[in-house]
Amino acid sequence: MIPAKFDYIKASSVNEAVNLLDEHGFDAKILSGGHSLIPAMKLRLNRPEILIDISGISGLNTIEETGSEVIIGANCTHTQIVNSEVIYKNVNILKQAAETVGDVQVRNRGTIGGSLAHADPSADYPAVVLACEAKIEVEGKKGKRTIDAKDFFVGIFTTALEDDELITAVRFPKVAHGNYQKFYQSASRFAVVGVAVVHDGSGVKVGVTGVADTPYRATAVEKAYKNNNDSDAAEHAVDGVEVMEDHFADAEYRTHLAKVMVKRALEA
Amino acid sequence: MEITLTVNGTEFTRDIEPRLSLTQFLREHLDLTGTHIGCDTSGCGACTVTLNGDAVKSCTILAVQANGSEVTTIEGMAKNGEMHPIQAAFKEEHGLQCGFCTPGMVMVAADILKHNSKPSEEDIRHGLKGNFCRCTGYHNIIKSIQHAAETINK
Repeated sequence: MIPAKFDYIKASSVNEAVNLLDEHGFDAKILSGGHSLIPAMKLRLNRPEILIDISGISGLNTIEETGSEVIIGANCTHTQIVNSEVIYKNVNILKQAAETVGDVQVRNRGTIGGSLAHADPSADYPAVVLACEAKIEVEGKKGKRTIDAKDFFVGIFTTALEDDELITAVRFPKVAHGNYQKFYQSASRFAVVGVAVVHDGSGVKVGVTGVADTPYRATAVEKAYKNNNDSDAAEHAVDGVEVMEDHFADAEYRTHLAKVMVKRALEA
Repeated sequence: MEITLTVNGTEFTRDIEPRLSLTQFLREHLDLTGTHIGCDTSGCGACTVTLNGDAVKSCTILAVQANGSEVTTIEGMAKNGEMHPIQAAFKEEHGLQCGFCTPGMVMVAADILKHNSKPSEEDIRHGLKGNFCRCTGYHNIIKSIQHAAETINK
């Protein structure tokens, strides 16, 4: 399988990438690891006319710790996240999720920025950024802005990014107690259901991926947990949600899996 | 566009289309057909090579992305007519049946052993998650990698 023809430009700065995006608009795509984009292009689900490779831009592949946050550059690979001591100590739930992505070869190439921008409804990181209340740093023609995780995922493969914007970093508040649980699609290793639970002083924050066409915060679970403080709150895992169906799991099975994964994550 | 990369220790410069995958580049432009095309969508691992030392699926990397990099393929494993210890172990332990997945298995095994010189069976199984053997010969593949680890550690 061979993608449709495109032009390739290796950008040397975020500014250059933004200018190219602005110039080419919807016809351009950002390329980092390419592990979501290239398969989609081979299947001709996506036919950008120009690819802007940001993998060589310095400063986008660092992991930094501040007093209250961990800031992860958009080009950081899943392997970098798995191996980072800073993430292991301060946002362990992200390491747990990164370890479940694909396989070693995929983790060596795929990036956190790419995964979030692609917004696959079965990707792992969306559940984690929602539960952690992470902030997504983006840059576009009008300058920089910060998007809260809850506002980032708009629909299936759709985000709040404008055509001229790209992700530069993701900021995670430090998380002392969090757990990610996943029921794998056994061939692709995407999440049939993925659940991230973060405990804070007063309760839990629950992010769910794979269940609906957009990842969501399971607020009904959070409320029930706060009232009763037990994992039966998991019964509310899909309250108010239209559950996705595909050949891996129908709605009834997926609903069951969501409740089981939420319960496990709450109890972990 | 023109790219230059080092494959199995030799530098090559070629003029290619941006949409050419690294797998196609290796097979069709350098005649290194040991790297196989299986699923062609990063699922099966038959196309595994190392890029700057890390195992990657070459079907999901554009050759232009590898510009300036160092690539090792299955053809780069044997040295001076001697099989690499991983290849020798696959032969010894019957780690292949039809052989189609074998180049990818050997390349990912090299990655597993690079990071962990004494992998447990579980470590090996975890490392092989991205490589399919449709003959289902996994038991002997695992034995081969254990055997290779012993040889290399001697």
